[in-house]
Amino acid sequence: MSEPLVTLRAVSKQYGRAIAVNNLSLDVFEGEFVTLLGPSGSGKTTTLMLIAGFEAPTSGEIRIRGASVVRHPPEKRDIGMVFQSYALFPHMSVFGNVAYPLRTRRLPSTEVAERVAQVLDAVRMSRFAERYPRQLSGGQQQRVAVARALVYRPSLLLMDEPLGALDKKLREEMQGELKSLQRTLGVTTLYVTHDQQEALTLSDRVAIMNAGDLVQIGSPLELYEHPATDFVAGFLGEVNTLDGVADETAGAVTRIAVTDGLEVSACAILPTASGKRVRLTIRPERLDIVTEAAAGANCWPGRVREAVFRGELVRYTVELRAGTIVSVSRPYRGQETIFAPGHAVWVTSRPQDWRVFG
Amino acid sequence: MSARSMWRQAGLLVGPALLLLLAVYFYPLGRLFVLSLTGGPGGAAGLDAYRRLAESSVYVDVLLRTTRISVLVTLVCLVAAYPVAYVMTRVGPRAVRVLMVFVLLPLWTSILVRTYAWMVLLQANGVLNNVLRWLRVIDEPLRLMYNETGVVIGMTQVLLPFAILPLYASLRNIDPRLPRAAQIMGAGPWRRFYSLTLPLSLPGVATAALLVFVQGLGFFITPALLGGSRVITLAMVIETQVVDLLDWGLASAAAMVLLLLTAIVVVGFDRLLGLDRAWA
Repeated sequence: MSEPLVTLRAVSKQYGRAIAVNNLSLDVFEGEFVTLLGPSGSGKTTTLMLIAGFEAPTSGEIRIRGASVVRHPPEKRDIGMVFQSYALFPHMSVFGNVAYPLRTRRLPSTEVAERVAQVLDAVRMSRFAERYPRQLSGGQQQRVAVARALVYRPSLLLMDEPLGALDKKLREEMQGELKSLQRTLGVTTLYVTHDQQEALTLSDRVAIMNAGDLVQIGSPLELYEHPATDFVAGFLGEVNTLDGVADETAGAVTRIAVTDGLEVSACAILPTASGKRVRLTIRPERLDIVTEAAAGANCWPGRVREAVFRGELVRYTVELRAGTIVSVSRPYRGQETIFAPGHAVWVTSRPQDWRVFG
Repeated sequence: MSARSMWRQAGLLVGPALLLLLAVYFYPLGRLFVLSLTGGPGGAAGLDAYRRLAESSVYVDVLLRTTRISVLVTLVCLVAAYPVAYVMTRVGPRAVRVLMVFVLLPLWTSILVRTYAWMVLLQANGVLNNVLRWLRVIDEPLRLMYNETGVVIGMTQVLLPFAILPLYASLRNIDPRLPRAAQIMGAGPWRRFYSLTLPLSLPGVATAALLVFVQGLGFFITPALLGGSRVITLAMVIETQVVDLLDWGLASAAAMVLLLLTAIVVVGFDRLLGLDRAWA
């Protein structure tokens, strides 16, 4: 791959004794859409502020196009930013807001007008150029904020939970628009959210953060299928988590005794197999419910406790005989049986769908 | 809550203050208005007192001087208060508390004491002149008292808190994300100030100007002590008419002119910006 556009090397940020960002290294490449995903307080917004220059790292190096920017103030970094609550200037019209960065760069007024018209067209806000921010809906304000951050063609676009203030339906709509806008313009984007669905929808790569650490970075598929830790597994999508002790490895499959008597066969080669305490996860849609015991491993009897119909799927809570409770998602396409609570069933799974964490 | 009980509650809350205002403010004001027309008990109603005010160049001069001093004090206050208010929005909470005490301290000191203090500082043989002479900045003492300069200096000091407080309130209300947004878009400190901070603080500037100007119009003690007989303001005219000349008619008419001037400024402000928003 080519030279990264943004490079963070061993960047740390401390406030007193509290560590907000811990020894973080990250490369973002030209044209990429990278999302920092994590719970609140995980350091993702701080990371964004460090790149923007509103905060200075306690240690480490931040480079844009190979040049260190740590000593540059934000106004010299050629970065566009969309803030959580848009930060539109209330005393300026939509046109005035979007023209602001161009006028700051002393562009001739004809070019300002031309470029503002172009970008307002791209976000479908041309009709509202003369309006003031308070006269716009949340979604419209959001579009103006994006237009304002893009109009001067910055080398990097930062977005700090830009859709956080919108309702669910509008948020999903805006996700689509943001994605296609980013594709069309090819602007390198670093996005911050705590919404895993949003991260999966928008990103080329997702960086999962927790308590100041970058836990794992990869494509949405990589993270979903091969989470590095049980935190990642649990944060991206849903999982059933069981604790157990590794028993015996045969070929690529290890048998693991779960604390309350069940035994799971999982595709995992454990270095010191026998006696090691491990954590197991499996996603609800990788468990299945059948009415008769199947041959082989990973087939346990249980009883349906709850069945929630969600349209395209049915979500079950099943109590296994040993007292362990698991969630099972079964697709619904019109002819599947829906098991009522109290129904005695068997829960099955494939060894390759289990993830084992030491 | 029904509309009726809401009104009753509002009446209970506002009533006492309203009654007090009626008794001690509007009633005497009404009496003054009558006096300005009749000149005294039993006199025939007429505009005689107003005519005497308007025809005398002395009184017109006084009115112009009063307005001019007030405008000057307002401008000096705004220029002096803005940086203080701005700094107060930039420093930590502890520093704000300290600064706030310094801003409010003069308000807790008698205006008479403060004005005498200025006399000590400003007189020909006063502290300021002596220091300047000692530093050889000047040979002859500067005339800082018994002229408009002295009056403006004294009034500015007295009225400064009334400029700082509304400016601070409006500067503090500016969303701190706005300057950040401007900064990431390439705006340096100076551009951030005149394109964002200044226009967004204009309501505070207007409120500060109103408070200082309106109070300045009616100032008495400071101009009387620091201006002496050379800088006569409207309030001093009123006092002379009442105390020395016992011309209640003319004094009342002058008071009415002052009230009208103030009312015009306040109503104009309300039309332009809205008094209800000035404090938000």
